[in-house]
Formats: sequence, C-alpha cells, structure tokens
Amino acid sequence: MIKSSVKLFLLLVGAAIFAYPFMWMLVGSIKPETEITNLSLMTSNASLHNYEQVLTKIPIERAFFNSVIVSLATTLSVVFFGSMVGYALARLHFLGKNILYVIILFTMMIPFQITLIPQYILMVKLGLTDSYPSLIMPTMMSAFSIVIFRQFFMSLPQAFIDAARMDGCSEVRILFSLIYPLSRPTIITVALLTFMASWNEVLWPLMVIRERSLMTMPQLVTLFVIGGEAESQLGLQLAAATLLALPVVLAYLFFQRYFIESMVHTGVKG
Amino acid sequence: MSPYIIFFLLFVAYPLIFSFILMFHRWNIVTPMQWIGLKNFEHLFSDPQFFRALWNTFVFLFIHIPLQIVVALAFSLLLHSKIRARGFFRALYFLPVVVSGVVVTILWQNLYSYDNGVLNTLFTKIGFSRVPWLIDSMFAMPSIAIMATWKNVGIYIVLFLVGLQNISKELYESASMDGASEARQFLNITLPMLNPIIVLIVALSTIGGFSLFIEPYVLTGGGPMQSTISGMLYIYNQAFYFGHMGYAATLGFVFAVIILIVVLIQRKVIESEAV
Repeated sequence: MIKSSVKLFLLLVGAAIFAYPFMWMLVGSIKPETEITNLSLMTSNASLHNYEQVLTKIPIERAFFNSVIVSLATTLSVVFFGSMVGYALARLHFLGKNILYVIILFTMMIPFQITLIPQYILMVKLGLTDSYPSLIMPTMMSAFSIVIFRQFFMSLPQAFIDAARMDGCSEVRILFSLIYPLSRPTIITVALLTFMASWNEVLWPLMVIRERSLMTMPQLVTLFVIGGEAESQLGLQLAAATLLALPVVLAYLFFQRYFIESMVHTGVKG
Repeated sequence: MSPYIIFFLLFVAYPLIFSFILMFHRWNIVTPMQWIGLKNFEHLFSDPQFFRALWNTFVFLFIHIPLQIVVALAFSLLLHSKIRARGFFRALYFLPVVVSGVVVTILWQNLYSYDNGVLNTLFTKIGFSRVPWLIDSMFAMPSIAIMATWKNVGIYIVLFLVGLQNISKELYESASMDGASEARQFLNITLPMLNPIIVLIVALSTIGGFSLFIEPYVLTGGGPMQSTISGMLYIYNQAFYFGHMGYAATLGFVFAVIILIVVLIQRKVIESEAV
C-alpha cells in the first residue's frame, strides 16, 4: 500500500501539471513580450497592453456576443425539443413510436464525418451561409438529449401523470408545469453539455462563416492565431486564448459539480 | 413530434441520402454536378494522402489510448482513498475538459515550442537536450496525442472513480482472507470490474481520434511532411481548399465506415480478453 503522504505528493505533481499551463497563460497574457518565455509566474511589469491590442485588432467583443447568441439559442432549442420528443416517446401512445425511437438511436451512431459535407451544401443551397441560422439549425435538436429526457421521464410514476390528466390538464401543460420542476437535474445536464459543446465548436463555424462580424469566438481566435494577425506575438495569442477560456472557466467554477456529474451520467466527450 | 420529423428529414436523412449521391459525382459547388461513377472510390484507394491520414490516425490512437487509460487509472486509484482535498484535485484535473480545444492548442503550441517553449526550457535546465516536439515528423503526432491526453483524461479519471466506488468491498475482504496479495487483487478484481469503463474509454477515444481537427489545424497545419494530417483535416482541405465536394463526401463516408468497424473490433477484442 502506498503511504498517503506519497499519494498526496503524486496528486500535487498532477495538480501542477494541470494547473501550471493555465497559470502560465494567464500571467503570460499580462507580461511584456520579452518576459513571457521564462517559466516564472511572477512579473513586475504587468499591464493590460496585450488585451488592448487584441481588442483593437479583432472584433472579439462582437464574436463573444455571437457565441452567446448561438450557444443560448442552441441550448434552449435542444432542451425544449428534446424534452417534448422525450416526453412523447416516454408517455404518449402513437403509431410508429418504436420505429421512431430506433431511428433516433440510429442517428446517434452515425459518425458526423458522413453528414458534414452534405450539411454544408444544404446551407449553401438554402442561402444560409454567413448567418446565425446556419450556426444554430443543424444542432437545434439532438438525439442524445431526447434519449436522456426519455429515460428520465420513464422513471416518473405513471399515477402522477394520470392524476393530472384526470384533472383535465393538457399534455403540454403536464410537461411544462408539472414535470419540468421535477426534471431540474436532467435539464441542467442537457443544458450544460449542449452549451459547452456549442460554445467550443469550431469546425462547423469555420465551414459556414466567412464574414468576420458573424464569427464565433473560438473561430475568430483560431483565425487570429494562425492567420498571422497576431504577428507571432505570444502575448496577444495568450490574451486572446484567456478571453476565450474565461466564460467557460467561470461557469465551471460555479457549476463544477454539475459539469462533472453530467459528463459521468452520459459518458460523453466534450 | 412533427418538428423532430422535419428536423430529422432535413438534417439527418437528407444529408445521408445526399452524401450517397455526392460520392458518385465530381462537384465544386459552382458548376453543375458531373456523374463520374466509382471514380472517387478508385481515386481514394490509390490516394497516398488518404492512407497517410489513416496511418496518422492509428499512430495517434496507438499512443493516446494506452496513455489515457494508464494515466486515468493511476490518478483514479490515488484519488480513491481517504485523502485530503479530493474534490479539489478532481475538479482541477477536469478543468482542461471544459475549456475549448482552441485554448488548449494555443497553450501547448507554446509549451512545445523548440527554442523557448516551457517544456524545452525545463528540459535544458535539468540537463536533457531539446525535443523537436512539433517540428520533427516522428515526434509531431505523438506530441498531439500527449496533448489530447492532457485535455481529456479528467473525464476518464472521474469515470474510473465511479467504477471503483461500485466495486463491492466484500470482494476485496474475502480475497485478502484467502491470502491474495494487493497486486493479485488488482489484477483479478479491480481490472475485470472496470472492464466496461475501459471499453467505453477505448470507443470514445477512437471516435475522438478520427475527429481530430483543430489540434493539427492550429498546431502544425498537418505537417511536418504530412505527419499530422488527420482524417477530418484531410476532408476539410479537400472540400474547402480544392473544392472537391464529391471526393470529400467519399472520404467522409469511408472514414465513417472505418470508425464503425474499428470500434466494433475493439469491443469484440476487449470483451473476449475479459472472459
């Protein structure tokens, strides 16, 4: 058995490996260019110069706004439709229900590589490239959220729903005013995972958005770093990366438990 | 219900069907589509770049998967005991998981820099020589695999922890009464009980490996000497630099089939090992 002092030491080494790069990034973003490459996390010349430069060179506040709109719209839509379809699959009886469920499970298994190019062409044909809808529409519903909601709704007691039906509640009312308050953990799980995936997505925006004012934050930062606009100034790259990381890290600090539990429940990759 | 059906038809069924049509055409979106039969497939099977991308993906997986499992298992075993600040460590190891891949990549680009990157500076200080992390075609893909492990391992630490908590204590108690050593207990109880989680990790890492895009796109652009061209990066380049939509769709289809086959084989192998 390893002694617990040894264990603690190993865990601390691990902590340093995970934390140091982030701290180095944060400190590097406020250091003058000449000091960044040393390993120290201290500086006597801290300034926000790099951030000012980033803000003047690229419309990052606009990109932040775009990302917020797109991620919020996607998340609301996934929760709304996911819970409705999940409810129908769990609690209603209609023709073709089982076939539909099998189809939904099947869509979860399709690797996205196969639909990516045709989806892009669909956007071109609909004339939607360079618009918010092109960023939101393909991810408005997700098979994965439907399956999670269905699973949760199946676990609710039928008697509870029957009672509401007897009182003359419509199915929509049952879902939104009776079941929603009970489903908080499930809603939070789906919402967090969807928001995070949407916020961090970069391949799809690179495909459908060319217009700078419509770019999402990770897309703009990516192009800033590889497109030569950062002029290989490390401080600017680190400042842009810090701005990109900040919203998610802040959310993580507040909802840390939910983040970790959501990922475990669904065994899904972020 | 019906909104889902519309969504399904538009964004799942239509692209699927359309991808089958595209595969038999040459098309650059602008001019009309041109039927070329199986030419895309013929081209694919004689395309060294396609095989290069496939090979690179396997190099990535070959390093990434074992590394990921070993590191995740080690840390989860360390955390699976009464230790101070457990929650803090768990939360910290999980941090790279939630942060955008773009951030992680920018960070590691600088850690890996040859002349004044953090890693090489550290190495020279303790007497090692500099490592050509991203500029040597032998090192570049393994470097990306290490970075991807750093980013994702937090999920798997937590998954293993859940698995460890679900193993009944009685199993260990009766094993130690029978005189089994801790190493034996680990091999005969812990590992087999964690098998379902290992299956999951292997499958998720494989799918992740085939989806690798932003890491080589930002870090290396696929170089040096195409050693980090990933499947997804190659599809993207074919579609958006060369305008070969038909060929890109063919590549997407073939990669998707390969992913499904690889995941199925892995599952069969791991499950047969377990018995």
